[in-house]
Amino acid sequence: MKTKSLALLFILGLAILAGGLLLPQWMSYLFTIAMGKGLVVLGLVLLMRAGLVSFGQGLYYCVGAYVAGMLTQFAEVTDILLILLASISVSVVIAAIIGLLLCRYREIFFAMFSMAFSMILYGLLVRMQVLGSTDGFNVANPSLLGWAPGPEGASDLVLAVAVFLVVSLGILAWRYLNSLSGYAGEAVRENEIRLEYLGGSVFKVVYVKYIIAAALAAIGGTVTALVSGHVDPEMAYWTTSGEFVFIALMGGTAHVAAPIIAAVLFEALRTYAFAVAPYTWQMILGFALLAIILFMPSGLWSLVERFQNKKARKTT
Amino acid sequence: MSALLKTVNLERTFGAVTAATDINVELNSGEIVGVIGSNGAGKTTFINMVTGYIQPSGGDILVRGESIIGKSPREVSLAGVGRSFQVAQLFQELTVLDNMLIAFGFSVDRKLSFLNPLRSAEKIEKAQAVLREYEIEQYTDEVVSTLPQGVRKLLDIAMAMLSNPGLMLLDEPTSGVAIEDKFTLMDTVMAAVRKSDAATMFVEHDMEVVLRYADRVLAFYDGRVLADGPTQKVLSDPKVQELVVGHHLDLSDSAPATTKESGHA
Repeated sequence: MKTKSLALLFILGLAILAGGLLLPQWMSYLFTIAMGKGLVVLGLVLLMRAGLVSFGQGLYYCVGAYVAGMLTQFAEVTDILLILLASISVSVVIAAIIGLLLCRYREIFFAMFSMAFSMILYGLLVRMQVLGSTDGFNVANPSLLGWAPGPEGASDLVLAVAVFLVVSLGILAWRYLNSLSGYAGEAVRENEIRLEYLGGSVFKVVYVKYIIAAALAAIGGTVTALVSGHVDPEMAYWTTSGEFVFIALMGGTAHVAAPIIAAVLFEALRTYAFAVAPYTWQMILGFALLAIILFMPSGLWSLVERFQNKKARKTT
Repeated sequence: MSALLKTVNLERTFGAVTAATDINVELNSGEIVGVIGSNGAGKTTFINMVTGYIQPSGGDILVRGESIIGKSPREVSLAGVGRSFQVAQLFQELTVLDNMLIAFGFSVDRKLSFLNPLRSAEKIEKAQAVLREYEIEQYTDEVVSTLPQGVRKLLDIAMAMLSNPGLMLLDEPTSGVAIEDKFTLMDTVMAAVRKSDAATMFVEHDMEVVLRYADRVLAFYDGRVLADGPTQKVLSDPKVQELVVGHHLDLSDSAPATTKESGHA
């Protein structure tokens, strides 16, 4: 099972990379955006497994994107590794501060508080003329260790880095979920009292998860900013966070590959919906979500589980 | 040497209602104490205060001479106080094995590892050894929510005992358990308790269970300790029989608590 899971992630990464590099530019773009969002949702899934739904991951998604944009535009730092490092650092510091308050809350209060913080950032960005207010600003093309591929190759570079990040962070997340810290999330969801009486700190468990989720969201935001070449305050708006929750519900929380697959399908579905119904595309997404909740409440990954169970029954 | 547990004028009120008052109890290692009393007498309030689940309105609780007032359940647990609950508190949608592995991680290893697998062969073997000791090994891969009450109770106690607490409080360990299984459950629990030399308090309504397993009895009535002493003495007290037990107990055939033998009543 271990090898299978890792192989699945590896194959998924290779397929997306090959698909992105061989297929038309618009599809490569779509894949990269999906990778970015997939990483944000991966963090969200870590929280959801602990019973916490954040409606504010847009905060860190936006922070990651703006750090990338500001570094390329105002500090002339274009190295993708440095940008990622800075995005992660800034988001972790913010999460470490906000988390002190947020991680004491549960259920709707956690969801609403997380949303409130992302809306505060949105409000701040809208008022900041220097950062382009509601229009945002453009992000320069990235480089890697001194190699600057230019406008033509920049998106391929971001795609390759995004796929590498998805695979490596996916493996790390998978190992994390199978460790005591990972299981501790489920223990928090199931019974906080028992965990405390075992000597575990519920706050610490949730706090660590919140910070990891923030870092993943910032990486996702950085990837999105670098591939789209633009950032704006909408990235912190509550509908963006809602979109991440949508993708998380779509994929389910049973496996680290689920949010990545769901993000790819979501982007494909949205592109298709927008093409066929430019004014009512949200309705198509709504019906899709409705169908998933009604028929696959555990998300698309439940299809894989059903298949696995069927196979197991046949062999026994 | 200070007592393992000492409560001094312990009191708890809920608004105008006094749930417990003037509770002065001392407990030493290896003692097994049955806590009896009718509903609302203050038994669970007492257990909840000693384990940090609720804070007293007055008085003090000393564990090995140190006050635990103001400490959270986690801090009380780390001070060496374990507990089980009237309704078993478990990770319901996880398997018995996963419950035990999580308990091992937090109670024994006490290191929040991030990348080491929880389900390693070594850890599984250790967890299964405990499940064997509590005679619930056959349920290893079952999801907790599907298990009978008795198995859940045993798992709850087994998890609480993992950290080898100096003081163990069991809140109605046999409630919800079938009559024919009560003594089997208590035999298993008491064997583990005696092995660890933990001072143990168990809240119990069944006087047969109390007679069989307790060395000493604390009888609660109206939020106060009505009687505290050797099991036979307390249970033969007419006042305890009238106000706590509610009927006359014939103790003539009962073996003294300290010479309990295996076998069911």
